[in-house]
Amino acid sequence: MTLAELQLALPEIFVLSMACVVLMADLFISDQRRGLTHLLACATLVFAIIITLNLRVAPGEVFFAFSETFIRDRFGDVLKLFSYLVLLAVFVYSKHYLRQFNLFKGEFYSLSLFALLGVMIMISASSMLTLYLGLELLSLSTYALVALNRNSMIGSEAAMKYFILGSLASGILLYGMSLIYGATGTLELAAISEGLTMAAGESLLVSFGLVFIVVGIAFKLGAVPFHMWIPDVYHGAPLAITLFIGSLPKLAGLALAIRMLDNGLGGLHGDWQGMLLVLAGLSLVLGNFAAIAQTNIKRMLAYSTIAHMGFMMLGILAGTPEGYAAAMFYAIVYSIMAAGAFAMVILLSRAGVEAENLDDFKGLARRSPWFAFMMLMIMFSLAGVPVFVGFFAKWQVIAAVLQAGFVWMAVLAVLTAVVGAFYYIRVVKLMYFDEPESDEPITAPVDFRAVLTVNGLAMLGLGLFSGALITLCVNAFAA
Amino acid sequence: MLTLAHFLTLGALLFCISVAGIFINRKNIIILLMSIELMLLAVNMNFVAFSRFLDNMDGQVFVFFILTVAAAEAAIGLAILVVLFRNRRTINVSELDSLKG
Repeated sequence: MTLAELQLALPEIFVLSMACVVLMADLFISDQRRGLTHLLACATLVFAIIITLNLRVAPGEVFFAFSETFIRDRFGDVLKLFSYLVLLAVFVYSKHYLRQFNLFKGEFYSLSLFALLGVMIMISASSMLTLYLGLELLSLSTYALVALNRNSMIGSEAAMKYFILGSLASGILLYGMSLIYGATGTLELAAISEGLTMAAGESLLVSFGLVFIVVGIAFKLGAVPFHMWIPDVYHGAPLAITLFIGSLPKLAGLALAIRMLDNGLGGLHGDWQGMLLVLAGLSLVLGNFAAIAQTNIKRMLAYSTIAHMGFMMLGILAGTPEGYAAAMFYAIVYSIMAAGAFAMVILLSRAGVEAENLDDFKGLARRSPWFAFMMLMIMFSLAGVPVFVGFFAKWQVIAAVLQAGFVWMAVLAVLTAVVGAFYYIRVVKLMYFDEPESDEPITAPVDFRAVLTVNGLAMLGLGLFSGALITLCVNAFAA
Repeated sequence: MLTLAHFLTLGALLFCISVAGIFINRKNIIILLMSIELMLLAVNMNFVAFSRFLDNMDGQVFVFFILTVAAAEAAIGLAILVVLFRNRRTINVSELDSLKG
């Protein structure tokens, strides 16, 4: 281990140290001054952004560290930067909620930072070992976060369901990894990719391993038919935690899929492409149709997540650098949109009562025209209305899938996106054309309003200047 | 003479038993936790067997990490179980049905 290797992992080392500092410092901070923990956690993210920006690698450059278990490349750096930004927004949004629901505790911040560390390790994994450890660090932290409200009946039930199915998924993924290890005799993803071409005699082991790995990844992404935990967990978890698991882990899911399927099993692209086609098609159909039937907005957004993960998989299954860039663009855009959408639900919640139902959005335009407009932009972006950034994300993945020659899949994607537009625009209709059910003014702290405004305007801004973000993603996969 | 195939068959059997334990069991959550542990141990069996027959140490190192993670996972699982029992006074799988839609 040399100093240069440690420097490559400096962002991870920094976040780990700060997560421990937050954990310890919080013990000495009284309940009235809990805001200090919040500030410390936010400062951690700001410094992590600065460190990663200063040490960023140029497009096409790749560095390995720690016996080739850790990789530092452009893809990882860009994804990490967006992880920090998304988590920063999550912190600002959830502070308001946690205060109102008497959950403003230090655990939230230390667990979130450990989850972020897990995401960063997954993003920078170049061995199945690091990939698995990062995944478990993320999963274990989120299981605990879902159970954050210890007195909530549905919260603890959701945590149990999430724990059982999440562990099952990890187990299945791990079983696949053991078979791939057996066939190739190595844990390093790059060496697996080379070993696969020579392991022709072990094709049974390889195909079994591949199936288990794809199932494990599908579980983690929440693709149909492995989606059953998503609606329950989104519904049962406290809103601030739903906001968290609805945004940050999507970036980790993308990293898991690309590191494992492209860097490791890229040689088997023909085999996993078919499996992803089925998973993506089912997710698009079931996610969009089931979302129509929901009256609870958390469940509606959960089914919409399933549909969006279907879209993201379209980019991955193309198997070209353009396809991966499109999937990356989609994941980044989706995590920003999801953060904004859940923040709007937090905004409408009052002390002790979560604004769970679609009816809570009735007449929002009269109660708060500005935030109704923000929600309108977020919903239009999720639906994929042109000019907004969600449209360009959908366009990119559909272009990638067309290039791969699956015209029927592109047609299916467009048709289900039209179905999806129905339930997003229903929210807009409720806000603008229905009578409000209460006249209570919408109150939120200044930082919450500011970040939500930036988040909403980003839908339009990133849409108008989508070229910059797309170039960033394309460069991440430049050889 | 024990060959690699014997170990892999044992690993696969343990894995199938654990998956069946998760899906068939409708009674007790603790059995679910036991099934999850069994699943990780089945994977360990695979890794150790491959490591021995491929003459490669990586697999055994992985096993140590899996054992550690399994311990952490069991701790979190049991903690969630305690919270669940305090709220609902039951750990019966079929009674966990308040989230639907």
